[in-house]
Amino acid sequence: MKRKDFDVIIVGAGPSGLAAGFVLAKAGVNTIIIERGKFPGSKNVMGGIFYTKAMDDLIPEFYKEAPVERHIIEQNLWFMDDVSHLGVSFKSQKYNSEPFNSFSVFRAKFDRWFAKKVEQMGALIINETVVTQPIVEGGKVVGVKTDRPDGDLYADVVIGADGVNSFLAKQLGLRNKIKPNIVALAVKEVIGLDKEKINDRFQLRSDKEGAAYEMTGPFLDGMEGMAWLYTNSSSISIGVGVVIQDLIEHKTNPNDLLEKIKAHPSVAPLIEGGQTKEYLAHMIPEGGYYATPKLFTDGFLTTGDAIMFVNNVNREGSNLAIESGKLAAKTYLEAKQTGDFSSKSLSRYQDKIRKSFACKDLSMYKNMPKLLEEKRYFLTKYPQFFIDFVYDWFSVDGVSKPDKIKKAKKEFGDKFGYVNFAKDLYAIWRYMIR
Amino acid sequence: MHLLVFIKQVPDASQVRVNYNTGTLIREGVPAIINPFDKHAIEEAVRIKEKFSGTVSVITMGPPMAESSLKEALSMGVDNAYLLSDRVFAGSDTLATSYALWAGAKKIIEEKGDVDIFLSGKQAIDGDTAQTGPGIATRFDIPLVTYAIAIKDIDLKKRTIEIVRLIESGAETIETTFPCFITVEEEINKIRYAPLPYLIRAARATIKILNTKNTKIDSSKCGLKNSPTKVKKAFTPQKRERGEMINKGSMQDTLNFLYENIESTLKDMGKI
Ligand SMILES: Cc1cc2nc3c(=O)[nH]c(=O)nc-3n(C[C@H](O)[C@H](O)[C@H](O)COP(=O)(O)OP(=O)(O)OC[C@H]3O[C@@H](n4cnc5c(N)ncnc54)[C@H](O)[C@@H]3O)c2cc1C
Ligand SMILES: Cc1cc2nc3c(=O)[nH]c(=O)nc-3n(C[C@H](O)[C@H](O)[C@H](O)COP(=O)(O)OP(=O)(O)OC[C@H]3O[C@@H](n4cnc5c(N)ncnc54)[C@H](O)[C@@H]3O)c2cc1C
Repeated sequence: MKRKDFDVIIVGAGPSGLAAGFVLAKAGVNTIIIERGKFPGSKNVMGGIFYTKAMDDLIPEFYKEAPVERHIIEQNLWFMDDVSHLGVSFKSQKYNSEPFNSFSVFRAKFDRWFAKKVEQMGALIINETVVTQPIVEGGKVVGVKTDRPDGDLYADVVIGADGVNSFLAKQLGLRNKIKPNIVALAVKEVIGLDKEKINDRFQLRSDKEGAAYEMTGPFLDGMEGMAWLYTNSSSISIGVGVVIQDLIEHKTNPNDLLEKIKAHPSVAPLIEGGQTKEYLAHMIPEGGYYATPKLFTDGFLTTGDAIMFVNNVNREGSNLAIESGKLAAKTYLEAKQTGDFSSKSLSRYQDKIRKSFACKDLSMYKNMPKLLEEKRYFLTKYPQFFIDFVYDWFSVDGVSKPDKIKKAKKEFGDKFGYVNFAKDLYAIWRYMIR
Repeated sequence: MHLLVFIKQVPDASQVRVNYNTGTLIREGVPAIINPFDKHAIEEAVRIKEKFSGTVSVITMGPPMAESSLKEALSMGVDNAYLLSDRVFAGSDTLATSYALWAGAKKIIEEKGDVDIFLSGKQAIDGDTAQTGPGIATRFDIPLVTYAIAIKDIDLKKRTIEIVRLIESGAETIETTFPCFITVEEEINKIRYAPLPYLIRAARATIKILNTKNTKIDSSKCGLKNSPTKVKKAFTPQKRERGEMINKGSMQDTLNFLYENIESTLKDMGKI
């Protein structure tokens, strides 16, 4: 008889692997999760903004028990040049009610908590073990090899939840080598700061309320990227991610960029007096919709960052990872009814992913990487023009407001051309609805 | 064969810092690990089990968080893990600790059968007394071999064991009979990368909790009140400044420099 140790082997205990494990174990499926880190989340020392919906569906009111920092009630988008910022800010008391839209979290704590829940459901989690390759027999994935003695494991299905560098998907030929223009390099810092100081500086009324900032614009020297800042209970997370290709072309070091952001006159007062506690660099897949590799093969499904299921525009990753993990688990449960784990049977996964809200979002943004690559000035010249205009507008310098508008209109025409501007607006519109 | 290993959870000494203002240890955020010597005791027990077959049990006395150390022990190939945890143990010195561990060991013997070899580390890296193992052996009134660096031979029929132990002038080989108590040095073995089946079994295992309710322990022999050791004073040795490195190129030049400067330096320091 064919050897079988478990029904399902999940590689990676990040949010997508844990979510898949949770659903499977809950349904009584004999599941093992293999994680190379010392514990789930240990390779993920930093935090992020975590959107609650996907998790709340899985474990209702999880935030009452899970280690979360602050729920976000204010979102800001800043366009910055070297000395100014022009921002859109949205703060609402609606965000102050359960189940809360999003939280700041520290992944090391959060993943560990989630892993406990998954274990309580009955899945086994094995840490400090690296999966080295899939075991393929007769064209079918039947298990994995690990770096431990006696380390082979066999199962009906292997779920590759092994993150952005997914070694498994690569070895199985499901995806090509990642190109540097679809991966961003991010550097982050956690800066310790008193709760009271954070509440004061960000105008928050308690230790539970939080604020988040996204920053882009000409200060990135024409590179495609985004910086962010958000509040934890008693620290600030700040970071910047830039497409690797751009870093190479501009010969820029992301650390220097982060230092530049920290010293920016609009940012520096927010973090003043804080102590840097942690530092991290990591890759983020940026490819979106078009970069999605093949999602399955015989006896194999892949989830989360491994399928580039990341919406960078709205800073969603871990929630989408959870969503895809759930869908992979559901696909297994359906396939189990007939005992057919062939590629054909598992292709239901692809339909599920396609129908998900996340995929629709990714589809909406699918042309964005290309658009931004072609029209880089969306992030540079346009914002710079508006920053200068607003500066001019608020300056009382003897020039009348109508004259200012006249001057701006002329400058805009000279700089960009109204026809080009109309074309750009059309391009954005087309890209949004397509 | 039944082997019982005593392990202690300790703060990772390589990450503990001293607050020189207050003279106390900064334990916050310092990860807890299995006392390094004890890990070698576990490894040795598992090796003996693999060779002669049998079971390995492990016990620790400590707070509930010590469970993580027991999980780690299980993943190294241990079969049964016990956590001896109760409020009455708080503040126990080595006398009270070895009493409680002895009582816990008796409970394990009751459940899992007689123990042939007891093992512990030679000392804990935080308490450093090296008294706990001997304390337990004394209560059992069995042979004790400390500072073991090798198990040379085990004869199951005669129930004897040959152990090499460190002594001040070198090493000596001792033969003794079961049951016996061995405390081990780090040299005794190299810790292996555990096989996957051990990890899987560990993930499935549950840890048994021993306390004054389910184990025969006389509370009047436990805890701070019943510990004769009194900490009178704790002080922090002065932080040593790094010495000056003297290197004048050649050995001769360096020696000349020393010769010329030593007298005035010692005078400056008030040593002569
Ligand atoms: C700097 C940065 C900031 C981010 N900010 C946010 C944010 O604010 N909000 C948000 O929602 N998302 C954010 N994301 C994205 C989010 O972190 C990911 O989308 C999410 O973690 C993906 O989950 P996953 O389970 O697919 O993969 P991962 O979380 O990467 O987990 C993969 C796991 O697999 C393990 N693994 C890999 N290979 C092997 C192997 N061979 N054997 C055993 N184990 C293996 C790894 O150790 C890891 O634990 C951010 C990402 C980065 C890099
Ligand atoms: C007045 C006083 C109060 C104390 N209060 C506390 C307290 O509240 N909490 C506390 O944690 N410590 C406390 N201690 C320290 C505690 O008594 C010692 O840590 C303990 O007795 C072990 O001694 P040691 O660390 O020197 O270990 P050693 O004797 O050097 O250890 C030798 C070996 O014995 C075994 N061993 C040692 N301790 C244990 C254990 N707990 N479980 C299983 N095996 C073990 C290990 O194999 C170890 O390698 C106190 C000490 C004193 C003097």
